Amino acid sequence: MDTIATPTRRGMLALAAGGVAITLLPRPASAQLAAPTQAAIDRIRGGRTPQEGRVTLRVPPIAENGNTVPLTVSVESPMTTADHVKAIHVFADRNPTPDIATFHMTPAMGRASADTRIRLGQTQDVVALAEMSDGSLFIARAEVKVTIGGCGG
Amino acid sequence: MAAPIGQPRVRIPAQARAGEVIEVRTLISHIMETGQRRDQAGAVIPRDIIKRFEAKFDGQLVFAMDLAPAISANPYIAFPFKVEKAGTFEFTWTNDAGEQRKATNEIKLA
Repeated sequence: MDTIATPTRRGMLALAAGGVAITLLPRPASAQLAAPTQAAIDRIRGGRTPQEGRVTLRVPPIAENGNTVPLTVSVESPMTTADHVKAIHVFADRNPTPDIATFHMTPAMGRASADTRIRLGQTQDVVALAEMSDGSLFIARAEVKVTIGGCGG
Repeated sequence: MAAPIGQPRVRIPAQARAGEVIEVRTLISHIMETGQRRDQAGAVIPRDIIKRFEAKFDGQLVFAMDLAPAISANPYIAFPFKVEKAGTFEFTWTNDAGEQRKATNEIKLA
């Protein structure tokens, strides 16, 4: 009896798991973050609420090797003295510590953009928080599926 | 003992037109020891990373980066720069021990 029931149950579980993966695909920046990541963001934002938009976070959807994952973050900004990006903070939601980097920017750059390579210990979201010269904050978020973790346990 | 900071490599166009936004690409060899790993005896290998990168053009800070252990070994850092005049870039990498490695690059106007 069980031999017939088991595959069905497995099938149901697989379906359920698939369903969960699909519903999680869109990543609103407002979705719940891990406590250390949220605390790091709260320290920067003070009482301000980050808005979505203007920040583009480019990471591969699937990383074979978590030791070196290319990351590009850019922000729509005229980069003038009056209106520019001051800093972009980047976080890994599920690394042993959330900080990845802070890029400090100036109008002399002409564009607000930076590239680097990061380590991700497991499949997780990467979050970018941009601080503008007028004090406003913009946030973006992207998921990277990691095949082999990169935090050298 | 801090790991040695390797030779930096910087790629910039040798000349550019005034008003042009160029891409500055840098790479430096460094182990970027996270402080999360353990040796065979089970002791934590102390953290040893490049923690700060600065780029100055004719003495003026253009771009800087604070690095965490989540930056890959041999940190690659690239950023744009709007060329307005000829001048000299100075790049500085600083490790946890406060040791620095510098590189300079000239930009001429086309």
